[in-house]
Amino acid sequence: MLGSGILKGLAVTAKNFVGSYHDPARMVTVQYPEERSKLPENYRSFPLLVCEDAADPMGTLRCVACQICEKECPPQCIYIEKSKDKKPDATGKPQLYPTVFAIDTSVCMGCGICAEVCPFDSIKMDQVFEVAATDRFTELLLNREQLAKPNSYYHSIHPTEAAEVDARLAAARLAAEEKAKAAAAAAAAKAAAAATAKPAAPAQPPSAPPTASASSTAPAPGAEAPKSYSRVS
Amino acid sequence: MSVTAEAGTFLERAPLVLRDAVVQWFPAPLQWLAHHLITIVAILAVFGVFFAFTTVAERKLLGRLQNRLGPNRAGLPWIKGSKLFGLTQPFADAVKALTKEDIVPAAADKLLHFLAPVLVVAFSLMTFAVLPFGRNLIPVELDAALLYFFAAGSATELAIFMAGWASRNKYSLLAAMRALAQVISYELPLMLSVVPVVLVVGSLSTSEIALAQGGWTFGFLPHWHVFTPWGFFGFLLFLVAALAESNRAPFDLPEAESELIAGHLTEYSGFKYALFFMAEYFGLTALSGLGVTLFLGGWQAPFAFLEFIPSYAWFMLKLIGMIGFFIWARGTLLRLRIDQLTRLAWQFMVPLALINLGNAAFWALTSGWSGPLQFVRWGVSIALVVGPFILLGRGLNGGRGPRTYRYATS
Repeated sequence: MLGSGILKGLAVTAKNFVGSYHDPARMVTVQYPEERSKLPENYRSFPLLVCEDAADPMGTLRCVACQICEKECPPQCIYIEKSKDKKPDATGKPQLYPTVFAIDTSVCMGCGICAEVCPFDSIKMDQVFEVAATDRFTELLLNREQLAKPNSYYHSIHPTEAAEVDARLAAARLAAEEKAKAAAAAAAAKAAAAATAKPAAPAQPPSAPPTASASSTAPAPGAEAPKSYSRVS
Repeated sequence: MSVTAEAGTFLERAPLVLRDAVVQWFPAPLQWLAHHLITIVAILAVFGVFFAFTTVAERKLLGRLQNRLGPNRAGLPWIKGSKLFGLTQPFADAVKALTKEDIVPAAADKLLHFLAPVLVVAFSLMTFAVLPFGRNLIPVELDAALLYFFAAGSATELAIFMAGWASRNKYSLLAAMRALAQVISYELPLMLSVVPVVLVVGSLSTSEIALAQGGWTFGFLPHWHVFTPWGFFGFLLFLVAALAESNRAPFDLPEAESELIAGHLTEYSGFKYALFFMAEYFGLTALSGLGVTLFLGGWQAPFAFLEFIPSYAWFMLKLIGMIGFFIWARGTLLRLRIDQLTRLAWQFMVPLALINLGNAAFWALTSGWSGPLQFVRWGVSIALVVGPFILLGRGLNGGRGPRTYRYATS
């Protein structure tokens, strides 16, 4: 009959009205500044620089100023200046470090390519999104002090990814130690051989296999080969 | 308000006592003026505040009907963190509307462009003059109150067309003509739905119509018109026609906000634009007040034992209920097309209102019937409502059926 559809519709909205007061499943509104919904783990906004120690962020930056990210960045918003001296990095190996590392987040498009290409797991994507500023040159042009975030923060925003990175770095560190040990042993053997007898030439070739085995212990050899290589070499 | 304060509880008499006390302060020759000015100020204050809170109630209610929250942030600006459930939202809106730039098109008729929003508010406020807000609480006691109500209400159409014409914008003009076509189409069913009440009561005076609905059968069945077959159906017709007359959803074609750029209000901005909305709400409130007076017993209490509550409180409660229903309908129904709108008026509502008029005449003629004849009276009257409704309802969409879509298949 004419009008029955209207009555049905009125019943639906009446149910909505009553239900909105006692049924939380109906009210999906999140009142933003006070309440926040949890961001998905894969959400990304702008890059950050991972450092190992929150107390000394500049001393423990993973970045070695290789400038791959600077070259890959599509809108070219990264600017890096290399240091003249070398500092020991996470694995204890002397490396260059960035004296200037600046990202213009007003230019950055959040593509995440810098984080993908970084061989040192240094540059990662942050999850901050409340970046409103009144001046883009002081507040949106971030320097390395502003970009540096401790590894614990990285774990808090991307736990799965950070765990993978940590496992990989630990393996690489282990490999480097083994290699150093092997090299030390080889050197000791060499020194001992040199001390005992002059003809020590056959001792040289056996020192090469330890190097090869060390690089193959790194996980996921196919994709990670360049990383472990660069770290080991 | 020719009647002075008389018997009744103190709360019942309070508004009249207060008015008379204030009038006494004025010198005798000015007392008639003070009398009317106080009434005008009271109506402006009460219904101005009522309008403000109707807007926020509408937004909150619409939100709840759609499982949203509605506005709940605006608090007091000088208390940080206060929210007050968003109840101060209308005042924030008013400040915003007042501080906006008022743009008048260069080619517009400046005088008419300015006059249209003023007139539309003035005319819609004039209709409040004949509504009986309570026992003896009527601003102007008129014998032809209903005629006056519709005369003042129809004058807003003039202001609508004035707005479209003065904007010197062809879209505004076209939209004003559309709005006019709609409002005039629904003027007829609106008035025809009211005539049965006049016929049965035998008076055009709103206070007498409200008085005629007093009393209870067995002490608990009120004699409101809505509880008779013709009255119930007349009330339904009145509701639909009032929705269309006040340009509310689902009949909000004149300024369909999701389709048009405000229709005849295209060239209005700032507070002038807000004035049109104010007039729309005043018109809605006045029509709801008329519906309450004509069909819902006016200021009469629903039960005899509830009579201790002052009559104006009952009137306002019924008014709020009607406006709540209008908001509910807005949150539920979809907007009609213009052809559906006019077809509904001319092919359905006008014939039904005419039949309902005959029904009311039958009811008035058989008022002397008693005993078993009462059942005959009710049976005939109900049949006169249900039969034409079903028959005409079938014919309304005859041959138009559900649309078939050749390419857009789900």
